[in-house]
Amino acid sequence: MLSIDRATYDAIVAHARRDHPDEACGIVAGPEGSDRPQRMVAMLNAARSPTFYEFDSSDLLQLYKELDANGEEPVVIYHSHTATEAYPSRTDISYASEPNAHYVLVSTRLPNETEFRSFRIVDATVTEEPVEVVGALPIHTRSPHPKT
Amino acid sequence: MAIEVKIPTILRTYTSGEKTVEANGDTLAAVIDDLDATHGGLKSRLITDDGALHRFVNVYVNDEDVRFTGSLETALKDGDSVTILPAVAGG
Repeated sequence: MLSIDRATYDAIVAHARRDHPDEACGIVAGPEGSDRPQRMVAMLNAARSPTFYEFDSSDLLQLYKELDANGEEPVVIYHSHTATEAYPSRTDISYASEPNAHYVLVSTRLPNETEFRSFRIVDATVTEEPVEVVGALPIHTRSPHPKT
Repeated sequence: MAIEVKIPTILRTYTSGEKTVEANGDTLAAVIDDLDATHGGLKSRLITDDGALHRFVNVYVNDEDVRFTGSLETALKDGDSVTILPAVAGG
């Protein structure tokens, strides 16, 4: 299950709406091993396309350096579909390479209704999971894994 | 000649979980061959059957994307660092 706070959920949907009809993309970072999506980073879709998205290569490197320095990982990787349902496409599956991430798909195909769904994509197998939107993420009861 | 290579999460199964490994070689191709000798299978995740870098990965030498520096022929010297990251992309 993906547990995500309302403010982050709303910000992802707002990003998808803002970039429509092009696909929007980004991540929500959290401490490594915590499964807590805490810090949203909206990324530029270097493809600027309604049917494809790609993080710019140098933005990607900077992002991972920042995550590494903070002891974070991408807990959520999100992007939008602007004309089709919020389900991973074949291309999404072929590129998916963060086995620990929740892959969030947002569809903006309908003007007044936004689909927001979450998936695990491991070894090309897609598994949908429930999304729980909470007011705030629960306080930690244990520390995340220390950075090694 | 030691080159530091940063390995992304998805490929750490080939490096016993190590985030950073060392390899030798004076070009990126040579470094990848050397990596494959100690971490068998890694090369096939980086290079296609046609011998080109896979489109699913980005490889950087000292922060420069190798697509702009000669791809697999990019020259390396002692102390350089190689970073491998999965492309974040889709449709």
